[in-house]
Amino acid sequence: MTKMTYREAVRAGLHEALENDPRVFLMGEDVGKYGGAYACSKGFLEEFGPERIRDTPLSESSFVGAGIGAALGGMRPIVEVMTVNFSLLALDQIVNNAATIRHMSGGQFSIPLVVRMATGAGRQVAAQHSHSLEGWYAHIPGITVLTPATVTDAKGMLLAALKDPDPVFIFEHAYLYPMEGEFDEGALPVDITRAAVRRPGKDVSLITFGGSLWKALQAAEALAGEGIHAEVVDLRVLRPLDQTTILASVKKTHRAVVIDEGWRTGSFAAEVIAQIMEGAFYDLDSPVARVCSVEVPIPYPKHLEDAALPQPEKIISTVRNLMG
Amino acid sequence: MTPPIDRDHAFELLRQMFRIRRFEEKCAELYSLGKIRGFLHLYIGEEAVAAGAMPCFTPEDAIVGTYREHGHALIRGTPMGPLMAELYGKVNGCARGRGGSMHFFDATRRFYGGLAIVGGGLPVAVGLALADNMQQRRRVTACFFGDGAVAEGEFHESLNLAALWKLPVLFLCENNLYAMGTALGRHQSQTAIARKADAYAIPAEAVDGMDVLAVETTTRKAVNFVRQGSGPYFIEYRTYRFRAHSMYDAELYRTKEEVAQWKQRDPIASFEQHLRALELLRDADVEKIETAIAAEIAEAVAFAEAGEWEPIEDLTRDVYTPANGPQQSAFGGQLKADV
Repeated sequence: MTKMTYREAVRAGLHEALENDPRVFLMGEDVGKYGGAYACSKGFLEEFGPERIRDTPLSESSFVGAGIGAALGGMRPIVEVMTVNFSLLALDQIVNNAATIRHMSGGQFSIPLVVRMATGAGRQVAAQHSHSLEGWYAHIPGITVLTPATVTDAKGMLLAALKDPDPVFIFEHAYLYPMEGEFDEGALPVDITRAAVRRPGKDVSLITFGGSLWKALQAAEALAGEGIHAEVVDLRVLRPLDQTTILASVKKTHRAVVIDEGWRTGSFAAEVIAQIMEGAFYDLDSPVARVCSVEVPIPYPKHLEDAALPQPEKIISTVRNLMG
Repeated sequence: MTPPIDRDHAFELLRQMFRIRRFEEKCAELYSLGKIRGFLHLYIGEEAVAAGAMPCFTPEDAIVGTYREHGHALIRGTPMGPLMAELYGKVNGCARGRGGSMHFFDATRRFYGGLAIVGGGLPVAVGLALADNMQQRRRVTACFFGDGAVAEGEFHESLNLAALWKLPVLFLCENNLYAMGTALGRHQSQTAIARKADAYAIPAEAVDGMDVLAVETTTRKAVNFVRQGSGPYFIEYRTYRFRAHSMYDAELYRTKEEVAQWKQRDPIASFEQHLRALELLRDADVEKIETAIAAEIAEAVAFAEAGEWEPIEDLTRDVYTPANGPQQSAFGGQLKADV
């Protein structure tokens, strides 16, 4: 175990990938001279050169599409779309090309593409820079959607994604980059098909992913002081969703709260809850609850932003209500 | 000045245009019989573009097409049988019948679709060319699109990126004057499409897309330019679609007179006339071509008719790559994939 930040873990993953496979290259806005908007590729331009560290114009659709084409042409591109907010400009390439070409071509072409982007709110950057849309992306068959929440996953998921023959989208919560954690070398290579139980418990399952994992763990710690033992499930992979781990946890605790930074209506939490209904309805002792973002464009002032997002206090009060 | 014509070569160009025309006519017939469903965009009138351009590429080059790509796939060399079977939606189609008319794919011929969102193929073509550049392969990527695509952001982004990175892409605009039903002058402030390439410092040329020889000469020159590593090149083929946009189109947006006028410049009839004037072509030659094509089409239809429907159990096959090894192409060829 070594201590490192989430940012350092992402950077280490990128570095290892670039070092080990000449087909791997990184492209995106400001990944080169600037060193990455979140400094995940700092120094790479000098080390690997402009052929492999490619600063792109602000043309999300064309550089994501170029990633698709380069993958079809035998490369292993890592495309950095600075943030999920800008990925909306590349939706045509993601939804119409990356996700469809393998199936639509009758399996003739696969697209080993990795797209990374920062997601999430909590940094007072207002409505247009605070989206959490990974749940949207998880709607689309043909792509894999990863939400690393730990430093081990931040590196491990990237390396696993590069071994995947199909498009993988990695959503790194922007709030996590400076977070320090224990990097578990022994956990590599990580599995990108399974959820993980981050804290065992017997009374209620807190099911979450990405930046909300740490809020759920904080809530679980506080609840333990009240004698409520919450199990925290980190989904890790939104597509394909690991139903087995979710159901096993709910069948053990008989209660569940899903925490999702997406807006409540049509949220990914709703999908998780539907799957619990389908697979564990008769094991439940209470209705399943969810803590999501309030249905409002995320505002700039801190007190309003905090109020709009899932918070440990909200998770705690939701659990208390469930316990009756 | 018209360059001297090699008789065999001229015959081949004529034959290929006839192949597209007769194939498309058969498609229209089969559509009215209900054998082909969904969208069907015919290439009739525009044959000189695919027939003249396609022979300029080597088998190692890549082709990216649009939803009006039957002619391109045919001339690229995909056998007519799997193309017809694809239109039927049968599993012996060139994409297991999953894409139909708008989504022809053929990995063995580096034919990357059949990408049917207007403008959506351009970024992919840029990426294919990028992969070639990064792997030091002297290959060219040919990207076909229509005049409608020049209004899309992806068009502008892709031209810029290809020029910025000096990528071996040939941007091939088939300007048939209508973005579905909207005339060029009603959606573009600058209707001289080739001039748009100037903005991205890409050399460009406009050529008569009804003249198969002019198409071929211009395209060959452009391919040579691109293959030398000089960056992208842009061609605007000025052409015209004789049939409706798709089978649903009532053609309220153009006059019969306009269509009739363009039909006077039919690329096949005018090339035929040209060859007859040079005494390179006789009635018997045309008959021979027509007979052979009729037989090829009959065989393709029989191939499609005999094809199986994909079993429903295979519905979700190929959404993701299975863990076990390479796939077989739908119509029997072992794929030599790049990846």
